[in-house]
Amino acid sequence: MINKLVDSMEEAVADITTGSTVLMGGFGGSGVPEQLISSLFYQGSNKLIGVSNNCGYFEEGLAKLIKYDRLSKIICSFPLMKESYIFIEKYMEGKIDLELVPQGTLAERIRAGGSGIEAFYTPTGAGTEIAQGKEVKEFDGITCVLEKAIKGDFAFIKAKKADRWGNLVYNKSGRNFNPIMAMAAKVTIAEVDEIVEVGELDPESIVTPGIFVQRVVKRREQ
Amino acid sequence: MDNRLLTREQIAKRIAEDLTDGDIVNLGIGIPVLVSNFVADNAEVLYHSEQGVLGMGSLAKPGEEDPDLVNASKLPVTLVPGGSFCHHADSFAMTRGKHIDVAVLGGMQVSEKGDLANWKVKGAKLGSIGGAMDIAIGVKKLFIAMTHLSKKGEFKIVKELDYPVTALKCVTRIFTDMAVIDVTQEGLVLKEIAAGLSVEEVQKATEPRLIISSDLKEIPV
Repeated sequence: MINKLVDSMEEAVADITTGSTVLMGGFGGSGVPEQLISSLFYQGSNKLIGVSNNCGYFEEGLAKLIKYDRLSKIICSFPLMKESYIFIEKYMEGKIDLELVPQGTLAERIRAGGSGIEAFYTPTGAGTEIAQGKEVKEFDGITCVLEKAIKGDFAFIKAKKADRWGNLVYNKSGRNFNPIMAMAAKVTIAEVDEIVEVGELDPESIVTPGIFVQRVVKRREQ
Repeated sequence: MDNRLLTREQIAKRIAEDLTDGDIVNLGIGIPVLVSNFVADNAEVLYHSEQGVLGMGSLAKPGEEDPDLVNASKLPVTLVPGGSFCHHADSFAMTRGKHIDVAVLGGMQVSEKGDLANWKVKGAKLGSIGGAMDIAIGVKKLFIAMTHLSKKGEFKIVKELDYPVTALKCVTRIFTDMAVIDVTQEGLVLKEIAAGLSVEEVQKATEPRLIISSDLKEIPV
């Protein structure tokens, strides 16, 4: 029997180790696996490499991990915003490294990481500081930059519904990075609002097939 | 403040006139996001938002907000009938893959070759790229909405960028509080000018030499 259901957030993140790369879904406040991120704080691992579009808001979740120096590096597209003041302060103090990536390149590097593509050429970033130190090549007159795949040891993703096989559906633009991050990690953990029986999800509507998901955990009632 | 200069709303209204029925449009933050307020009701213009929304509607009314349905500025929005959601890689396949007709972005500097700088202040240690680089290189037409001069009175339309580059040779048309300017192979063409301003005044506020269009018009407001 295939059963990926885990009883608690704590159990779901228990085996994360120091130095792990953790992909975290979400765009702004939508589709963020906030209970998993919060559990990672209490779990205690450090020297983590985080991959997330944003750098945390105010002082909770990802911002809290950054505040307590639990991340050695973050890979993201949008670090400079007033709500990310914790990150900005830590970055200016030299306490955290930043790999700044254009958002579409970030998405494609993650998609590639889950798809067996080690690198690809994209016109995004050609002629900019993003291309510095990277191989640049022209195809049909278009200058492109070689970008490498991003792979995670763990991915935290947020979905609306799951079954015990790990099939997932999302809610609206809460989907964002979650399906591609699910593909790109050795262990993908889905934080979900609701768990349904196998066979209940419409096969035409399943966005992430269970093959990409290792653990499913239901959100605690707030 | 010189009252001959267009307001943010007037710039947005002028841009809206360049959108046509059936266009798929991506609007950046700042002046660009105001453009949708001025698109004619009978025009079916479909808005793309980078986090995977095609067919984004207006801002959500109080009580109708869903934290999982937001725009690129992270504000709660609605979806139009027929709208759809996709994941981030597909959303950026739309922008990078020349599927979007028009994007309207803000600008810090535009060069006479159509190079764009809009993500990081000159000399700053940190900036946010977000979707700007992918959108700039990937759309069919790129419109830039900005003031003609910086707050300090510096040129924003320049011969060569000295701010960090967003993308090279990407801008189609520049809409400012003074003028509408096309980027062409020959150089920058002054197409329209705000009422009451002279060509000389616009040229004085523009570093590269402007080519004056043979059918130069006043910007309708």
